[in-house]
Amino acid sequence: MAVRKPPITTREYWAPGHAACAGCGCATALRLATKAFSEAMEEKYGDPNAFAIAQATGCMEVVSAVFPYTAWKAPWLHVAFENAAAAASGVEAAWKKVGRKGKILAIGGDGGTADIGMQALSGMLERWHNVVYLMYDNEAYMNTGIQRSSSTPYGAWTTTSPPGKYSIGEDKPKKWVALIAAAHQVPYVATASIGNPFDFVKKMKKAAKVDGPAFVQVQCTCPTGWKSPLEKGVEIARLAIETGVWPLFEIENGDIWNIKIQAPGGGAKVKREGGRVVAIEFKKPIEEYLKLQGRFKHLFKQPEAIDVMREQIKAMWRTIGVEVTLPKPEE
Amino acid sequence: MPIRKVMKANEAAAWAAKLAKPKVIAAFPITPSTLVPEKISEFVADGELDAEFIKVESEHSAISACVGASAAGVRTFTATASQGLALMHEILFIAAGMRLPIVIAVGNRALSAPINIWNDWQDTISERDTGWLQFYAENNQEALDLILIAYKVAENEKVLLPAMVGFDAFILTHTVEPVEIPDQELVDEFLGEYEPKYAYLDPARPVTQGTLAFPAHYMEARYTVWEANENARKVIDEAFAEFEKKFGRKYQKIEEYRTDDAEIIFVTMGSLAGTVKEYVDHLREQGIKVGVAKMTVYRPFPIEEVRALAKKAKVLALLEKNVTFSVGGALFQDFSRALINESEKPKIVDFILGLGGRDVTFKDLDEALAIAQKALNGEAVDEVNWIGLRKEIL
Ligand SMILES: Cc1ncc(C[n+]2csc(CCOP(=O)(O)OP(=O)(O)O)c2C)c(N)n1
Ligand code: SF4
Repeated sequence: MAVRKPPITTREYWAPGHAACAGCGCATALRLATKAFSEAMEEKYGDPNAFAIAQATGCMEVVSAVFPYTAWKAPWLHVAFENAAAAASGVEAAWKKVGRKGKILAIGGDGGTADIGMQALSGMLERWHNVVYLMYDNEAYMNTGIQRSSSTPYGAWTTTSPPGKYSIGEDKPKKWVALIAAAHQVPYVATASIGNPFDFVKKMKKAAKVDGPAFVQVQCTCPTGWKSPLEKGVEIARLAIETGVWPLFEIENGDIWNIKIQAPGGGAKVKREGGRVVAIEFKKPIEEYLKLQGRFKHLFKQPEAIDVMREQIKAMWRTIGVEVTLPKPEE
Repeated sequence: MPIRKVMKANEAAAWAAKLAKPKVIAAFPITPSTLVPEKISEFVADGELDAEFIKVESEHSAISACVGASAAGVRTFTATASQGLALMHEILFIAAGMRLPIVIAVGNRALSAPINIWNDWQDTISERDTGWLQFYAENNQEALDLILIAYKVAENEKVLLPAMVGFDAFILTHTVEPVEIPDQELVDEFLGEYEPKYAYLDPARPVTQGTLAFPAHYMEARYTVWEANENARKVIDEAFAEFEKKFGRKYQKIEEYRTDDAEIIFVTMGSLAGTVKEYVDHLREQGIKVGVAKMTVYRPFPIEEVRALAKKAKVLALLEKNVTFSVGGALFQDFSRALINESEKPKIVDFILGLGGRDVTFKDLDEALAIAQKALNGEAVDEVNWIGLRKEIL
């Protein structure tokens, strides 16, 4: 009898028993990322285990490595909040020197990457270390209790961007670290989402297989910080793609002019010129994404704030060369 | 055959690194130790040192990369000073807590503000509670030797702690002196390969390093750093003895000079010891009974040696290029701790001098001596004295 091959390896590196909240999208992302890495290492080096992880302080670190336990079935190192990329540089250099084949996976949250870890990340990319940096973007500092980061989107409630009489919540547009990483002209940069796990796995594998530095920014949901239903993580992440909030793209060899934008699904109409996506007409309003999350609840009392958000999203797409139309919900 | 070359302490440190054969070096330039990574890059460029040299974007990343490499099981090296060391501060605790035997060469320099590139010991002194071993060199030869010894001690299984070796900014970093470069084969014998027992990132035997510890475990983890520092006392003596046997140069945690019948002993560190030795020779000619004790090892603090020293003198005059605000100098604190419960103890008088590259002259030392002599005669003196202070510009 023919046995169907599972779509991804059954090997586990991020083992059950970690202490993440129920429904944590970031835990899903790490599990998929390490599986993808393992497959890539098997294909590239013939050894599925040929990797080590250097991880920044943050939720995914504190929930996975509480002495005397560990959720990690791969060599794993945590040093501090801002230096996953620098620590990974050191591990990579050591492996190179002792002739150990394999690749280093650096992992950081949005805080440890977009804010305090930005310098170390830039240094690691620029020095061309053979490291994949995975930024799991839950769009706030969750480990310290949901404070805003520069990757927090406009309008979101956090404990340091509370809506109030004089505040709409977070009042700055999201910083897109993937584009900053691409400016280093590294071999591979991508955005991904747990809302499209197959695409995420494909990209992680690609990142793991290039020679040189790669950067992947994956949106992953955090029911605790987003005040969203535990079971709806993947659905919410998919809505982010389908409403235009979260673009999926790849940039290879730093060629920002040749950015590969992916069709979002959800009925969106994509216009291409010479194979290249130049315009997207989204069918689902961003409200569908927003309304499942308590962090945006206050915006529904001020719909003009959601319009500001729409304009910011359009501007972000324009930066990557795509004109988008974002519908308003039908009255 | 060892060769003798005339070189600066920075070059001596680079030579020491070359001889120790670290596999990963990560460094970022800062005056006065810039020449260390420069010289090492030449060694690497010429194939004289077979190492990965990571030209990091900051000292924070330099030490972080060293932690990464050391956690992956290889010998590492870096060099820095002053603000650079301060930028490493957070990771210094982590390196010690993770028991990684990284070695740093530090060109001892003052800290901002005001910005000042010249010598004092405030940079390394400020890191005395990180768990790192600390050695201080009197001259360029010692800078080289102590780095080799630092590796030997740091990598000892009973220790497994990182170590820093300080040598004074400009006074040593930029001053040429003859230095004997030991034979590579002898150094290889002395140090051996670094074979980590616990720290490795090997997919064949995955380990988790740098975990979170709850209150149930944190204190024990900190205690092991304490214990390792305690163990280092003996290991350092053994390393000194072995070094002497192999290379003929003798080191002691506290080196004494003309202390045998001394009534006043000046205690100091680094290059200042050289100045004070000359000063003592000059006093001895006048029949004044003084001696010098040089702290070669500052962490672990050599408590027993300090107690033995204290038995010899009536006054211990501490000459310190650092400040622990509202207390005095760091040595003053440490000496007080070592002697507080001794039944018979000398008077301790603290002198803060030479900060930010201010020259320490015989005139300054005369000033200190006069105060120490008052103390010797039973007169009341200030416990903490700033020497060479230009009161007129205050
Ligand atoms: C130098 C330093 N500053 C602050 C902290 C406290 N801290 C630990 S984790 C964290 C936030 C982590 O946020 P992020 O990187 O987004 O990851 P998440 O917790 O959301 O997974 C902060 C502020 C720290 N550990 N180190
Ligand atoms: S707070 Fe959010 S990111 Fe952190 S473990 Fe819980 S769900 Fe995951």
